[in-house]
Amino acid sequence: MTRAGAIRLLVVAGMIGALELACRSGLIDHRVMIPPSEMATALLTMLMSGQLNDDIVRTLGVIAISVVISVVFGFALGLLIHALPRLRAALDPFFATYYAVPVFIFYPVMIAIFGLSLIPIVLMGVATAIAAMIIATLNGLDRIPRVLTKVARVHRMGRLATAMRLQLPAAAPYLFTGVKLSVSYAFIAVIAAEFILAPAGLGRAIANAYADFNNRRMYALMLFVLLIATVVNAGLHALDLRWAKRRGARPS
Amino acid sequence: MSGVRRAADTTIIVIAVVLIWQGLAQWVGDTALPGPAPTLSYLAHFVPTARFAENAAATATAFALALLLAYGLGLGIGVWMGAQRFAGEVGEPILITLYSLPKITLYPVILLIFGLTLSGKVVFGAIHGILPVALLTMAAIRNIPYVYLKSARTLHLSPWQTIWNVLLPATIPEVLAGLRIGFTVTLLGVLLAEMFASKDGLGFLIINAMTLLQTKEMISIAVVLFAFAAVANAALLWIEHRLHHRA
Repeated sequence: MTRAGAIRLLVVAGMIGALELACRSGLIDHRVMIPPSEMATALLTMLMSGQLNDDIVRTLGVIAISVVISVVFGFALGLLIHALPRLRAALDPFFATYYAVPVFIFYPVMIAIFGLSLIPIVLMGVATAIAAMIIATLNGLDRIPRVLTKVARVHRMGRLATAMRLQLPAAAPYLFTGVKLSVSYAFIAVIAAEFILAPAGLGRAIANAYADFNNRRMYALMLFVLLIATVVNAGLHALDLRWAKRRGARPS
Repeated sequence: MSGVRRAADTTIIVIAVVLIWQGLAQWVGDTALPGPAPTLSYLAHFVPTARFAENAAATATAFALALLLAYGLGLGIGVWMGAQRFAGEVGEPILITLYSLPKITLYPVILLIFGLTLSGKVVFGAIHGILPVALLTMAAIRNIPYVYLKSARTLHLSPWQTIWNVLLPATIPEVLAGLRIGFTVTLLGVLLAEMFASKDGLGFLIINAMTLLQTKEMISIAVVLFAFAAVANAALLWIEHRLHHRA
């Protein structure tokens, strides 16, 4: 581990330790926050009892569906828009504004149209995630070196072979960035939607525990959601680094 | 010429979106989704009402304070972590991790600390905004070419002159990009806070309208917020582009 990495670990551990101490000594009221160690034990008991299983499956399932839809359709739309430069130029101002407007404000409208079901939540997940995938696809296609097309022509490769063996690998790093962003955006949107209004799910469970003044349950769930999000994001980041290293190590 | 054609193409897309909206409204029914015309006429008489003004003012106050806090802390952290290379190396991954977390999960903690007050909304909004401002400011400072500092020393510039004439112009485009993203996410944070639990504000109003099935009001508020965010973003982008071209 690097020196910075070791110190980072110490800093994080120190912050958790300080929080633990502040809670135990009464500096932070028990009604406001419970010590991190208690959050962890409460989470363990809840996980062991299986009472969270339904919410976990539901929330992670919705996120997975949103990500799959966003990545598949985002990639397809990216290909389409890339092939039509005039459409792309016209859409440019919309891409520049998309993440600046609070798309999330339409969640209540979606509920009014589709009712309180999974559909509005998936739609919010897709609405937040898909634009990142489209933009990443356009980016990746732009960066394909022109020389590859020439190489394909020299070797008399077909359209499909050129796309699969030359163009896709060249665009892959950018596409993966799109996947990474889609996952993290879908995570945020789905949890937020559940928080505001939903019949079930991890976000709803936290909001319910808050409404019931059940701090142990609330903090345990919070810890769980933050842990899962961190692990998933960190895992994707590590994959990205590994692939980047492999690409760099490959003789060109 | 091509600029005119592009503008025309963009207009065509706007018209297409309005037509899709109209089609959807006819398909799902006026109560679930009012069409563009009824929404606009509702908007025209809803915006001048006192109820809208009061809630818009509540959101605006919370947003302005949250933005102030986010910019202040974000710039402070960014400058510190940009100047102290090691602090940046240690802190950057922590900030990136925090940036990609669903921060809404933390809102109950803020509610437990601050209650249903303005401070709660402000802090929650600021939590969203601090991270991008800090990350981009840090990157801007780290990316200053070493030659700039060397030439400043060769010209015997005072520390103030170095900051004012060298460091500021070199970093400002990227810092501005951070401020623009910070603007966006802070607004989202304030609105999320209002949507989850609040006594006033446009986010509260939209949830209130949903429970009363006042779809016209819901969409009107969404349209107002959309327009505000889009115009503000366009203005900030315009400033950014101008500074880029000057540099």
